[in-house]
Amino acid sequence: MVRVEFLGPIQKDALELDISNLSELATILQETPQMKEWLENSAVAVNDTLVSSLDYPLKDGDKVSMLPPVCGG
Amino acid sequence: MLKIYDGGLAVADILKEWYEEESLSNYGAFIPFIGTIRDEDGIDGLSFDIYEPILEKWFKEWQEKAKAKNAIIKMAHSRGDVLLHQSSYIAAVFSPKRRVALEFIDEFVEDFKASAPIWKYDLKNGKRIYALDRSTAIKGSGLLAKEQ
Repeated sequence: MVRVEFLGPIQKDALELDISNLSELATILQETPQMKEWLENSAVAVNDTLVSSLDYPLKDGDKVSMLPPVCGG
Repeated sequence: MLKIYDGGLAVADILKEWYEEESLSNYGAFIPFIGTIRDEDGIDGLSFDIYEPILEKWFKEWQEKAKAKNAIIKMAHSRGDVLLHQSSYIAAVFSPKRRVALEFIDEFVEDFKASAPIWKYDLKNGKRIYALDRSTAIKGSGLLAKEQ
């Protein structure tokens, strides 16, 4: 299973999904109404490294994090 | 050196600690940046969430960049609520010469604003409101919104 965490202001509990790449995650989240705005403006990390391709492979035990717009300081 | 504190930062104590740590390190310049919560828009303060695993990686990359210039960087940030006129952020560069430190602190703070995984909320009338309009989408955002 892959754990998906929603960080900061995204009010959503973590998911445990049986998926093998980010493309499958995109399909699932695009069908979730409350996620639409966050998908547009959030970055994605796998095991705490930012990624830039939907083809990125996922394996059992991986952690995916969604990072909405930031403002430190 | 990266340290996260609960609530507002003890500015004088942190700066003293950093100064004393490096006072004999032969750096010619010590340039701190101190961010303070301003009284504006009727807020009572700000509040912060931090995702430390990615923050630490991001900071490590900047430590490497500093090292390449014979400089070092230190940073402190608040987690949770910070009230008006308190500080939530201190960054500092130590370098052999002033020009490197002046340029480096500028680049570092700009990238911090655009990339560090920290989320800001206004504290207003007992509510914690995400400051979306003042936030920046991290480079590469929107990946999961793409048509397939």
